[in-house]
Amino acid sequence: MTLPRYIARRLVVLVPTLFFVSVLIFALQQLLPGDAAVALAGEEHDPAAVAAIRQKYHLDRSVPVQYAIWIGRVLRGDLGESMRNKIPVSRLLAAKLPVTVELAACSMVIALLLGIPAGVLAAVKQGRPVAVAANVLALSGLSVPHFWLGIMLILFFAVHLGWLPASGYVSPWENLKGNLATIALPSFVLGTGVGGIMMRHTRGAMVETLGADYVRTARSKSVTERMVVLKHALRNALIPVITLGAIEFGRLLGGAVLTEQIFAIPGFGKMLVDGVFNRDYAVVQGVVLVSAGLYVLLNLAGDVLAFLVNPRLRGPA
Amino acid sequence: MRWTRILTAFLVLVVLGAGTASAQTVLRIGLNDDPDALDPTISRAYVGRLVFAAFCDKLFDVTPDLKIVPQLATSYEWAAGGRAVVIKLRPGVKFHDGEPFNAEAVRFNIERHLSTPGSFRKSEIGEIKSVDIVNDLTVRFNLAEPLVPLIAALTDRSGMMISPKAARELGDKFGTRPVCAGPFKFVERVAQGKIVGERFADYWDKANIHFDRIEFVPITDSTARLANLRSGDLQMIERVSPTDLAQVRSDPKLKVVGVAELGYQMLPLNLNNGPRGKVLGADPRLRQAIDLAIDRETIIKTVFANEYIAGNQFVSPVSPYYNAKFPVKRRDVARARQLLREAGQPNLAFTLIVPPERDRQEAALVIQAMLAEAGITMTIQTQENVTMLSAGRKGDFEAYFTFWSGRPDPDGNIFTFTTCNGGQNDSKYCNHDVDAILTKARHEADPAERKRLYDQTTEIMLRDLPRLILWHRRVFTGHTIRLQGFTPHPDGIIRLKGLKLS
Repeated sequence: MTLPRYIARRLVVLVPTLFFVSVLIFALQQLLPGDAAVALAGEEHDPAAVAAIRQKYHLDRSVPVQYAIWIGRVLRGDLGESMRNKIPVSRLLAAKLPVTVELAACSMVIALLLGIPAGVLAAVKQGRPVAVAANVLALSGLSVPHFWLGIMLILFFAVHLGWLPASGYVSPWENLKGNLATIALPSFVLGTGVGGIMMRHTRGAMVETLGADYVRTARSKSVTERMVVLKHALRNALIPVITLGAIEFGRLLGGAVLTEQIFAIPGFGKMLVDGVFNRDYAVVQGVVLVSAGLYVLLNLAGDVLAFLVNPRLRGPA
Repeated sequence: MRWTRILTAFLVLVVLGAGTASAQTVLRIGLNDDPDALDPTISRAYVGRLVFAAFCDKLFDVTPDLKIVPQLATSYEWAAGGRAVVIKLRPGVKFHDGEPFNAEAVRFNIERHLSTPGSFRKSEIGEIKSVDIVNDLTVRFNLAEPLVPLIAALTDRSGMMISPKAARELGDKFGTRPVCAGPFKFVERVAQGKIVGERFADYWDKANIHFDRIEFVPITDSTARLANLRSGDLQMIERVSPTDLAQVRSDPKLKVVGVAELGYQMLPLNLNNGPRGKVLGADPRLRQAIDLAIDRETIIKTVFANEYIAGNQFVSPVSPYYNAKFPVKRRDVARARQLLREAGQPNLAFTLIVPPERDRQEAALVIQAMLAEAGITMTIQTQENVTMLSAGRKGDFEAYFTFWSGRPDPDGNIFTFTTCNGGQNDSKYCNHDVDAILTKARHEADPAERKRLYDQTTEIMLRDLPRLILWHRRVFTGHTIRLQGFTPHPDGIIRLKGLKLS
């Protein structure tokens, strides 16, 4: 199959996927106990005000009608507005998507810089102290809770040393240095977690490829060990790692709630959780739809990369 | 040579000027959560009031001891036997968009509060039938019934004045870009990120504003918020947790001040709201027994590091409306057991709904143990806050653990919770005598007579106990020691006038 055909087929699948996601997220929100109008009213209990809110946001209509109203607007490009702060959902998403993308991208860079070399080292130096150390680091990255690590980093780098800001986010267009300073710690927190996963998979894939016949052949032909590992083994081992990387990147794009909470990063994750607690249906629906779409596209990107890297996936010549 | 000197002097001036212009003073305040829409008419979140203090001045304000003082209005006078109030406005005030603040603007704002669908202000000032313009700087509110708490309501969101021009242009999107008459102009908002304001050059009291820019940063995690204060990224944080006080107090670069809140923490009890009202609504002695079995002082010592104030009335013991004849009772387990036996339920059992919030969960566990000693089995059911409040509305509860943020006027702390048709009366307690007393208190201008009426109410409340009021928190505000001029208020709102960084 040619690459354009492959991409076209995958894009066609995107439409029913998003439709299914829209029905699912809409239905799931209806299962949440509590009244959205009461959530918005909080301690202000004026029944007339609550009734007006229900009418304005069609909460007094049946669920299928509410869905039809919402999906009709979505198809016209209107994702609705946040019931809580009245900001259009599309504007919220446009403001937060770059933040989330930047956080996810920086975290992935750290994950790859930590995970892949550690995985290669652990595979090549199996049984040696350096491999054990790499394994321990990977497990730590996976096991240490993000909120604890985040707080510890804030206390050390921001409070004790004063090198970095404790929290917040500065846009790169506003101040690049400030942006890098604010994104460093949360990226590290997320990156160590994903790095642990990348390390484990890289190690597994490397061990398998290092035992392959073609590697043995290369060694017998006096190819240097460095070339065997980096050129022959790693390139093939990276194929499943690329796919995993795309999945992890997609997961990060869905928002890292705890990290965003600790570092006050205005990303998707925090907006999603606040939306659920506040019963801000339009926000939750918008975030989930966009995240689902991005996830599918990222998976496609991962598969395309794998397609390009591995000729065997292209089918017969 | 002469030209060289002139050029040099000019360059020096430019450099000095640029240096001065670029040295902006910024005040960054950490908030407990992200505010809702920044529209005084529909806003309901407490944290929004902190942000409004920067952007939207009100007709009146309150002092730390709850005296009404002028802000956009300079004076008020009751007329027509309390059925009208004439308010004189401050001259020379402008909105952020340059529009003048005048009687027409006041009329617009009041009518907006009363007529906007979803307005949360209507229940506060709904007695206003009409607004007359006496002259450009004088308005007259005509009331259906006398409403003494009206002026206190005008010290909060009901009294906040927004630009009519901006309101008409922005419509229901006003809350995304407020235009008011406060010390700071709205610049931008990043939802869950920050809210930014810049100094309003034409502010009527600009001599008392010493910052060029203000940023509100919502950081919900209290540890992270405190870390930001300690690192200097924030200069102030609101609602410091009692468990963080020791840390703040031990840091020589920080200061924390606390003041008794206007509100209270309470357990509304279901007396007559659906079938579940039968459990605790059957006999007031059951509720009296629960009340007697709880040791408020011990809970405050153990759970809240002795930082809160034990309470039993709808105002705190520091309020002039507190009824000193009925102080918080000492715990009496024997008497509690006796009351239960007299009521025919020696093994009373009920469920308390508690949100998954550390303070209330811990307190609930202690209450559970205390009640067990009196033979009462209290089951704790954890429900998320919105679910709990919805259950309260519908009567799907026996007791739940909530709070009221409080209002400067005592009416705001009791009327809607206790009158038969009160919007916040989830207990569905109904005593027509109490209704009559509270309605009379709303009409009564003489503070001594109002006190007498509220004393009567307290006596009945402590007998009937539709709600168990447990304690009053202290509102703690933490700030850098470089920040001077901060005076805490019981409403917890940070007033920005006079604040400066040394």
